[in-house]
Amino acid sequence: MAEPVLLRRVGHVDPTRLEDYLAWGGFEALRRALLRRPESIVDEVKASGLVGRGGAAFPTGVKWEAVARESRTPKYVVCNADESEPGTFKDRVLMEGDPFVLVEAMAIAGHAVGAEEGYIYVRGEYTRAYERIKNAVEEATRAGFLGDHILDSDVSFHVHVYRGAGAYVCGEETALFESIEGKRGQPRQKPPFPTTHGLFGRPTVINNVETLANIPPIVLHGPEWFRSLGPEDAPGPKLYSVSGAVNAPGVYEAPMSVTLRELIEEYAGGVRNGGRVQAVLVGGAAGTFLGPKELDVPMSFSGLRKVGAALGSGAVMVIDEQVDMWEVLLRLARFFAHESCGKCYPCQLGTQRQLEIVRRMASGRIRYQDILRLRDIQATMADASICGLGQTAGNAILSGLRVMGLDVS
Amino acid sequence: MHVIIDGQRVPVTEGMTILEAAEQVGIHIPRLCYHQSLTPAAICRLCVVEWEGARTLVPACVARVQDGAVIHTESERVRRARRTILELLASTVDLSEAPDLLAYAAELNADLDRFADGARREFPVYDDNPFYIRDYNKCVLCQRCVQACGNDMQFTYALTVSGRGFYSRIDTFYHAPMPETTCVFCGNCVAVCPTGALKEKGPFPSPQSPVPNARPSEP
Repeated sequence: MAEPVLLRRVGHVDPTRLEDYLAWGGFEALRRALLRRPESIVDEVKASGLVGRGGAAFPTGVKWEAVARESRTPKYVVCNADESEPGTFKDRVLMEGDPFVLVEAMAIAGHAVGAEEGYIYVRGEYTRAYERIKNAVEEATRAGFLGDHILDSDVSFHVHVYRGAGAYVCGEETALFESIEGKRGQPRQKPPFPTTHGLFGRPTVINNVETLANIPPIVLHGPEWFRSLGPEDAPGPKLYSVSGAVNAPGVYEAPMSVTLRELIEEYAGGVRNGGRVQAVLVGGAAGTFLGPKELDVPMSFSGLRKVGAALGSGAVMVIDEQVDMWEVLLRLARFFAHESCGKCYPCQLGTQRQLEIVRRMASGRIRYQDILRLRDIQATMADASICGLGQTAGNAILSGLRVMGLDVS
Repeated sequence: MHVIIDGQRVPVTEGMTILEAAEQVGIHIPRLCYHQSLTPAAICRLCVVEWEGARTLVPACVARVQDGAVIHTESERVRRARRTILELLASTVDLSEAPDLLAYAAELNADLDRFADGARREFPVYDDNPFYIRDYNKCVLCQRCVQACGNDMQFTYALTVSGRGFYSRIDTFYHAPMPETTCVFCGNCVAVCPTGALKEKGPFPSPQSPVPNARPSEP
C-alpha cells in the first residue's frame, strides 16, 4: 500500500502534544497559507477536485468559493464531527489520532473564505475525541496558531468546540446549526443553503472531518499532487471504515480505484473463520447492500452509483453467511425509527411503519402486500423527505431484501 | 419571468412560490400544514411537486419560482407520495374532522386502511381550562398552533413540540396544565388547527351570565 497521507501521523505521534504535530510538519501549511491571497487558496482547493467526505460529495472548492464571495459577515467555518453513520469510525480515528490537523485546516479555511470564527461539533458519544480536540484547540491557541493575529498576521480565527447530544440527525448540516443555536436539532428547508444562510443565518462553510484533513496536504503539495492520488474522476486519498466478519477490521486509506473485494480481502484480511460473504452494507445505514457477486466494483462515488449503490461515508460492513439477515434489517429499521427527528411526515410516519412491517416479516409472516408497502414507503421518503435521513431510510431495507432474493419485481 | 405548470405558461414575479404561482391560474395544490397567515413550514410534504431536473420532489409552499422552470403538480411520482403520506397519516391519528384531507385521499384513491395494523398516536383529552380542549388524537403535528402561539402571531410561546420521531407530540413546557403556562387564551391556535384537535369549549362567560365559582356581583 502507498505511503499514507491522512493516516500519516495516526499511531506515530502523541495526539495530545503540539510538539509532536510540529515535528511532523504540522502548521507549515497554515504558515504558508497566511502569506498567500485567500483567492489563491480557494482556487487551489477547487483545482484539487476534493469533494466532501461526509457522504454528500459536494465539491469543496465550490463551497468555499461561494462563501468567500459573500459580503455579509460574520462568516463561519464549521467542522461536522458528528460522525454517526453506523459502521463509520474514520473521523473518530482522525480526531483521536491527529486532532491538530483539524485545527490547522479550519484556520486555513477561515483565511480563505473570510471567517474569523469556527465551530467543531463533536458527536456527543465521542468523549475521547472531544477531549483531544478541545486540548488541541487550547494548545494551538496558547502557541499562537489560533486566536487574534495568528503568527503575527492580520488573520484572526477562534474555534469553539461543541458537543452533540445523541442525535444522528444532527449530522445533517442544517440540523447541526439548529443544535448549536440551542434549538431542536431538526433540519431546515434548503434552499437557502449554508453558503448564504448557515450558522446563525450567516454564510457558512461546513465540512466533514476527513474533508478538512485533506486541506493541509493540498496546501503543502499542490492540486496536481492531490489529483495523482487516485483515478481521474475521484482524486485524493479516501478512508474506508471496514468492519464486520473480517479478520482485520479498521480504518484503511486507499485510492478510490480500490475495489470492494480488494478492501475486504487484501486490506482487511479476508472474511474471518474461512467464511463467505453473504452481503456487504456500503455507506452505513443510509447505504445499500451489495451481494457476493457484486464485489468487483470500484469504491468511488461514481463507481458505486453505476451499480445503484452509494459510497456515502465509506463504511463497509461485511456480513458473512453465519448471520441472520433479518436481524440486520431489523437493526437498521429500528435505527431509522429511533433517529427520525419527527419534523416531516414521510420520515416520521414512514420509518415507524417500515419497522413494524420488517418486524412482522422477520417473525416469518411475509405477505406480498408487505413488499409493496415497503416500496411505497421507501419511494415516498426518498422523494419527499426534508433531509437525507428520510431520503435514505428505505434504501438499506429494500436492497437487503433484494440480496436475500425477496424483492418482487 | 414565467414558469410552466402542468403545461400552462404562468407569468410570475421574483420571490413568488410555486404554490402562489399555481393559484394564479386556478391550479389547487393539496396542502395541510400551509396556512396563509403563517410562515410555510413545509413539513407535511403534501404540496410536493415534480420540478424537472431536481433530484427529489419539491415542496410548493416554500420553493420559489425560477424563470423557465417546468413543474408537474399531478405526476405519478407526486400522486404516489401524496397518497402514501395520507395513508400513513390515516393509520396514525383520527382524521374524521379533517374533510379536506379525506377529500384529497378520495381523489388519490388512497386506501386509508392500508397501514391499519400499525401503532397509533393516542392521548387522553386535555380539558384543563375554561376556553378550549386539546384532543391530540386528532393532531397531525402540522405545528400551526406552535407557530401561531410563537413567532408568527402571538409571541406567547406556550406550546412546543416534545419527543422525537413518530412519538413527537405537541405539548406545553414541562407538560404543565394550560393555566400554568404563558397561554393568554387568545384562541389563535384554535383558529388555525386543521383537524379539530383544538376546540373552543363554548361561548365564553359574559358579565350577564354567571361565572362558575365567582361571587355574584352586587345589585
